[in-house]
Amino acid sequence: MSWIQRRSRAIAPAALIAAASLVLAACGGDDDDGGNGEGAQEIPTGDASGELEFFSWWTGGGDSEGKEALLQLFEEQYPDVGVVDAAVAGGAGTNAQAVLASRLGSGEPPDSYQRHAGAELLSDIQDGFVEDVSWLFEEEGWMDVYPEALLEQITVDGGIYSVPVNIHRSNLIWWNPAVLAEAGIDAPPASWDEFLTQAEALEAAGKTPLTVGPLWTQEHLLENVLLGELGPDAYAGLWTGDTDWESQEVTAALDMFTQVLEHSNLGQAAADWQPAIDPVVDGDAAYNVMGDWAWAYFETVQGLAFEEGYNVTESPGTEGMFNWLSDSFTLPVDAPNRDNAVRWLQLAGSQEGQDTFNPVKGSIPARTDPDSSLYTGYFEMPLEDWSNPDTAIVGSLAHGAVADNAWKGEIDSALQEFVGSGDSAAFAAAVAQAYEDTRP
Amino acid sequence: MYRLRKWGPAILLILPSLLAIGVFVYGFLGWNLTVSLSDWRGLRPSYNYVGFENYTRLASDGRFTNSVGNVIVFTIVFVGGALLVGFLLAYLVERRIRGEGFFRAIFLFPMAISLIAVAIIWRWLMSNATGAQQTGLNRLFSSIGLEFLVNDWFKADQPFAVMAVAIAAGWALSGYIMALFLAGMRGVSDDLREAARVDGASERRVFWHIVRPMLLPVLMSAVVILVHISFKTFDLIFAMDAESRLIEMPAIYMWFTTFDSFNFNRGAAIATLLMVGVAVVIVPYIWYSMRMERRQ
Amino acid sequence: MSARVDVPRDLRIRSRWAPHVTTLRYLALFALVCLFLIPVYVLVVTALKDPSQVSPRQMWNLPDVLSLDTFRTVWPKLETGFRNSLVMAVPASIISSVLGAANGFVLSKWRFPGADIVFALILFGMFIPYQSILIPLRQVLSDAGLTNLTGLALVHIIYGLPITTLIFRSYFASISDELIDASQVDGAGMLRTFAYVAVPIALPAFAVSIIWQFTQAWNDFLFGIVVVTRATHWPVTVALNNTAGSQVVPYHEAMAAAALASIPTLLVYVLMGRFFMRGLMAGALKG
Repeated sequence: MSWIQRRSRAIAPAALIAAASLVLAACGGDDDDGGNGEGAQEIPTGDASGELEFFSWWTGGGDSEGKEALLQLFEEQYPDVGVVDAAVAGGAGTNAQAVLASRLGSGEPPDSYQRHAGAELLSDIQDGFVEDVSWLFEEEGWMDVYPEALLEQITVDGGIYSVPVNIHRSNLIWWNPAVLAEAGIDAPPASWDEFLTQAEALEAAGKTPLTVGPLWTQEHLLENVLLGELGPDAYAGLWTGDTDWESQEVTAALDMFTQVLEHSNLGQAAADWQPAIDPVVDGDAAYNVMGDWAWAYFETVQGLAFEEGYNVTESPGTEGMFNWLSDSFTLPVDAPNRDNAVRWLQLAGSQEGQDTFNPVKGSIPARTDPDSSLYTGYFEMPLEDWSNPDTAIVGSLAHGAVADNAWKGEIDSALQEFVGSGDSAAFAAAVAQAYEDTRP
Repeated sequence: MYRLRKWGPAILLILPSLLAIGVFVYGFLGWNLTVSLSDWRGLRPSYNYVGFENYTRLASDGRFTNSVGNVIVFTIVFVGGALLVGFLLAYLVERRIRGEGFFRAIFLFPMAISLIAVAIIWRWLMSNATGAQQTGLNRLFSSIGLEFLVNDWFKADQPFAVMAVAIAAGWALSGYIMALFLAGMRGVSDDLREAARVDGASERRVFWHIVRPMLLPVLMSAVVILVHISFKTFDLIFAMDAESRLIEMPAIYMWFTTFDSFNFNRGAAIATLLMVGVAVVIVPYIWYSMRMERRQ
Repeated sequence: MSARVDVPRDLRIRSRWAPHVTTLRYLALFALVCLFLIPVYVLVVTALKDPSQVSPRQMWNLPDVLSLDTFRTVWPKLETGFRNSLVMAVPASIISSVLGAANGFVLSKWRFPGADIVFALILFGMFIPYQSILIPLRQVLSDAGLTNLTGLALVHIIYGLPITTLIFRSYFASISDELIDASQVDGAGMLRTFAYVAVPIALPAFAVSIIWQFTQAWNDFLFGIVVVTRATHWPVTVALNNTAGSQVVPYHEAMAAAALASIPTLLVYVLMGRFFMRGLMAGALKG
């Protein structure tokens, strides 16, 4: 058979394949963009049955206890509902993100999933994956019970698209009193300059001044250094375009961040936030900057006593400021067990639910009417600060309150580079550029 | 009609596979290409054509060029290492020594373990914690007097960090390369060797002149398989140190940018480039070995 | 094997180093075995230690007391995943091997025009990075209602086709055509020839294919986590990652989990490893 004849026979399968790929490319575009698929806007009555699948990435020590407590409470109230705890570990949360993204994209959402309140939820809202639950807020009377500032943050175009269950505080520094005593230090630093001075004494005593973990914990540190150096107004302006990233003040703050990192165990950065705290627990390191979920690790997992085995205060330079983030639960469009999902949200926004979840999670309730007898020890401080009108409230970068997914992703990339190079100018330029690029 | 009767059943037998591959491989690749030429960002698909913009952006993306550098180093060390060790193992085991089955089993068995498990074990072995927390190989070295071997492994400076990961990967796959070489060596008929011996050749020369050239096709298979595994390496890096810039490779970057930041277009562009990279190695190989086959 | 000329043993030119070389060979092998087994040692020793004995300092010490406690703690977390993987991997490996055998047989023995190109196109499918097709894959499976273990098995079958086809094609290529021609003379059609002649003589290749595919399906993580929707249907690798992949889990649990999850594939290699080698040598993966 001649070459030409052979070739023409090969064309048939090739054509088939080409046709298939065209068809698929066309099909791939046909997503369900029909309507919001919203269900009834009323609280379901009658007996609960079926399932509740709750999707999160809370799997580690200190992260999952709160979720488990709340799920258990739900089970007690609705014994006929099968509760499925669909948590995915690993990959710094991206495993869960990937699974969630593919499920949302293919129209098979869980009954409810976890998201940080604020900017992080924006893409879900814009893409029409979550239902507006402001009717739930109104029916349950939450509009009067949730703080104004928070409600403002989570209202998008007049709708509210998730139920915040807690308020976590980001700007905290944790330390081991024994280590400070050994190095002759009386109190944690009130500014980052003071930290640098203390660091020398600590290193002389053979202790690591500060421990860090994976990239997001370094970002967590960054935002609090920025807050401590720039103050709440300038910090807040960083995320709205009001503060110039490439200004002198910001560059100086970024330089401070690099200096702080030099006194950390960056070279042996732990792979997760809990192992990053271990050297502090073990007495080999002094400080760790982490949000108040660290409380659960110190107290519950490690069994240490507040003020004896560990202590905590506002991170340097941030006294009187509250850097907040909030875990919130959503009502996905086309949730398979929508009634149970609504019941779940109802529980999450209730006083009982929040008072079950938060004392175990290390956070304070999003509601302003907690049973304060449950929030003792460490919790008195954040509870007081949050309701104090003089506290300056700002949102967290690392935990999705102020930067949307697209911009934050670019910031993450730039930060990876910055941590290695120490080039503040380049980082600032990259972040500013990314802000422009990611505006819709 | 005769033709159809002759070849009909044959084509029928392979038709399901062809359709499946057509859709699930080529169809999806086509979709992937389409996305890489679009502006899709965020969870809702968007197919507006933007030309090669995503690709040109990658060229100036520091994170991408870093990952490409890493995968090149990784490929060289991993492929080279696995070939050397695999060959050495095959050579040592080949001579019908006692306990051959036992040795083979030991070297082959890392293949049975999932790369996630391999990463978990090696992550611990290669821990660079210090002081009381020192553990893993570093602790072993310290306690038997080999202090100078203590290092930061996959947290060391590039490119050494990448080499550390290549060690773990090499451990997992050398046994397979050994099996390939062993099969190749055994395939050289004993007659040929005996003939050479009769002619007065020493064992070493028998090996060098008779056995070695026959191993060329095996070597090529091995290189191709290793290179493509190297480009696709994901599980290992992911479970070892997912966010580390030191060892990030395009496959990992693609994952993060797609599923963390929802830059589907950029992710698709990276995936396409990965494919092209693999194709550059694979396609000549396939073409060459088809030609070799036809000659036989 | 064709007839051999018996050559007297002393015709082999042996250097006087020969006996030393053999000793060296054994030494080298033992050294390599030790190096290879270091991770295995850590795995096994840690998993069998009593939890109180596990610490960075004691990592390399043998356990004072053998304890199955850790396994007991970890098994419940892996149990469902274990069962899921089994239910999925066994059929997937067998079916993809049968399909690969059919493809390999046709492409090597029935040289219809374009057979080579078809083979090349199939083979190329082996090399695609799977991340790049996750989204459309999920979409298609979801539309077909297959985001479950059946869908996962299907995925492994389809993406295993290139390598199984390669295995069988190489194998059949090294089988002489006489057998096939003989059955044709007897009047058997192609399907019959395949079922009654080709399959029985391809057992070594089946060994290679089934072992390889089972290992791939069992050890896969990416497809497992993206294709399967319900957490109760996740395969064991996902359970392993949830149990041991997060960094917080104590070492002994991570090691025990990794050990447990690896047992089936290890068994497969131990039991069928000999056939694997035989299959490879019979040409299953050449070229």
